[in-house]
Amino acid sequence: MQKLFQAIRQSQIWRSIFRHGYPDTPRNRTLAVLSNTFLHLHPVKVRRSGIRLSYTWCMGGLTFFLFLIETITGLLLMFYYHPTADKAYEDIWALREHVPLGIMREMHRWAAHLMVITVWLHMYRVFLTGSYKPPREFNWNVGVILLVLTLLLSFTGYLLPWDQLAVWAITVGSNMARATPFLGHEGPGASLLSFGGLNLVHAGDDARFGLLAGRFVGEGALLRFYVLHCVGLPLAAAFLMAIHFWRVRKDGGISGPL
Amino acid sequence: MGELLKNAIDWAFQPTLYFAGTVGALFAVLFWRKLFSKTVVITVFFAVGTVFMLWAPSDPDFKKIITKPDNIPIVILIASVVFFTWLALRQAVDNDRAIAKGEPTLEAGLGKKKVFTWPDLVYVEFICLILFTAFLIVWSLKVQAPIEEPAATARTPNPSKAPWYFLGLQEMLVYFDPWIAGVVLPGFIIVGLMAIPYLDTNPKGNGYYTFNERPFAFSFFTAGFLLFWVSFVILGTFLRGPNWSFFGPFEYWDLHKLEPLVNVDLSTYFWNMLGQPKPLDPLVREAPGIVALLGFFLVLPPLLGKTVLKGMVKSMGVVRFNVFMHLMLWFALLPIKMILRWTINLKYIVGIPEWFFNV
Ligand code: HEM
Repeated sequence: MQKLFQAIRQSQIWRSIFRHGYPDTPRNRTLAVLSNTFLHLHPVKVRRSGIRLSYTWCMGGLTFFLFLIETITGLLLMFYYHPTADKAYEDIWALREHVPLGIMREMHRWAAHLMVITVWLHMYRVFLTGSYKPPREFNWNVGVILLVLTLLLSFTGYLLPWDQLAVWAITVGSNMARATPFLGHEGPGASLLSFGGLNLVHAGDDARFGLLAGRFVGEGALLRFYVLHCVGLPLAAAFLMAIHFWRVRKDGGISGPL
Repeated sequence: MGELLKNAIDWAFQPTLYFAGTVGALFAVLFWRKLFSKTVVITVFFAVGTVFMLWAPSDPDFKKIITKPDNIPIVILIASVVFFTWLALRQAVDNDRAIAKGEPTLEAGLGKKKVFTWPDLVYVEFICLILFTAFLIVWSLKVQAPIEEPAATARTPNPSKAPWYFLGLQEMLVYFDPWIAGVVLPGFIIVGLMAIPYLDTNPKGNGYYTFNERPFAFSFFTAGFLLFWVSFVILGTFLRGPNWSFFGPFEYWDLHKLEPLVNVDLSTYFWNMLGQPKPLDPLVREAPGIVALLGFFLVLPPLLGKTVLKGMVKSMGVVRFNVFMHLMLWFALLPIKMILRWTINLKYIVGIPEWFFNV
């Protein structure tokens, strides 16, 4: 057994992947972090005080982890789902009926709920440790945008099962856009934007119409939400996370007393 | 005995008492933080919580709302928010004690000492990841994701609720029109969050838990997050039923429960008091509310800046102070409106439905 492991470790294949020995010496530990694509998000050494679980609550890390779970389970769900009004509901139903022990939809939904919670808690701990103070002001702002994106990701996904719960939750949520000042047809100021007695802002072109691609939550909204949910928003979030993590390092690692 | 307790709980959770209770509880926890950050407190909380969660579902109405699959996250939210608030407060109290004695904080004590990412950080992350994955898999196997009847735009379910994380905004609709509750206030929440690092000029409390070195920041953020966001989500999820009427946790969601709507505009009060009919021109009609709002937003900040908050203007600078005050006043509008609604049934401070301009 020992010999077998030894042989594997010394094979050309193994050594082409891991270019260092077992990480039990300072040199190899450094190499383990530096030469690994994923681990090199981290610095080689970190402040002892910053990595205590009671300090960070691991909430940023868990948020990221949940994002990865969402990506994987979401990808699998996309294989079985058509974003059209007559197929969407059936597809979701089929996932439940025809897949024994199928938990991809469950994982996707519960992880999404959890991600909203962990991102709130992450923000809470960053605030309570004063970690938004200089030099981390900018990264806090990147975080706020990530928070909004997380909520929007969840919101757009909520519509996709195309059942009563989904459609009416999105209806309630998007009704607010109707009241946007100047841009919604029931918003204050919208009636001022008229031209020769013709209203420029009405139910057929206001902010809500733009969001839903229609006057109510219909097929246009489904497609729009689907594209945003599966492509637009995840790309934006991934992009901002890259900046976020990079800045954590460039701002001196996890915060600690100056 | 059980019924009595249930009725008492239902009564205690009505919106006015619920809100007053959460405000009082947070105030007490922050004020007596030394006491509340003790280990027994959190132990007792979770013990009582567990007993409650074992007993309460024996009631069919309670069971119905608590076992809705999409409501499980709210239970997790409550537990985690309480626990982490306790944990933060605990470390803040310890650090404040150390600072008062002139000793280094916990974080400073560990100091500049650095450790290798591999293994010290990697294994913590790894354990978190494994435990979390296991938890998710068990949850997913136990609870099926909901799917209701197919979408039918003609049949509106009652209640129609937004996704749970937006229920705080839906709750605000009780007090404000959608343009404020759904657009202006959320907008200001985002802008306000982004402005925090530029408005907080206190250099202390950067990178460690502390209360005494930043009492206002600590209290304000916990109040905003816990009282006006998390607790509204809880209210919206568990205590709002058909027609967005209030229902106690043990109450049956009766479709016909009607809450009398007797809300009155400020202008109605005003012109009634003068014994005159309401003027036709909306601007004249609503003049009292308009004057009140202008005073609130335009006169109050400079007035405070010249008097009580003189020191703040000096330390923050005029621009920061004004941005800060305006954000604060917008947020203050919510509790003000809530209290006016509960005390004098006020509907709108300024109500010009002709222009969709109701405040
Ligand atoms: C998708 C959402 C997010 C992800 C995946 C994420 C991830 C992370 C991670 C992994 C860290 C390292 C330290 C830790 O785990 O606490 C971190 C730090 C940080 N995050 Fe986030 N975050 C997100 C959202 C936010 C939000 C909403 C805010 C604030 C509004 C924020 C502000 C910060 C700041 C200021 C730091 C540096 C903290 C320090 O140095 O102590 N992030 N983030």
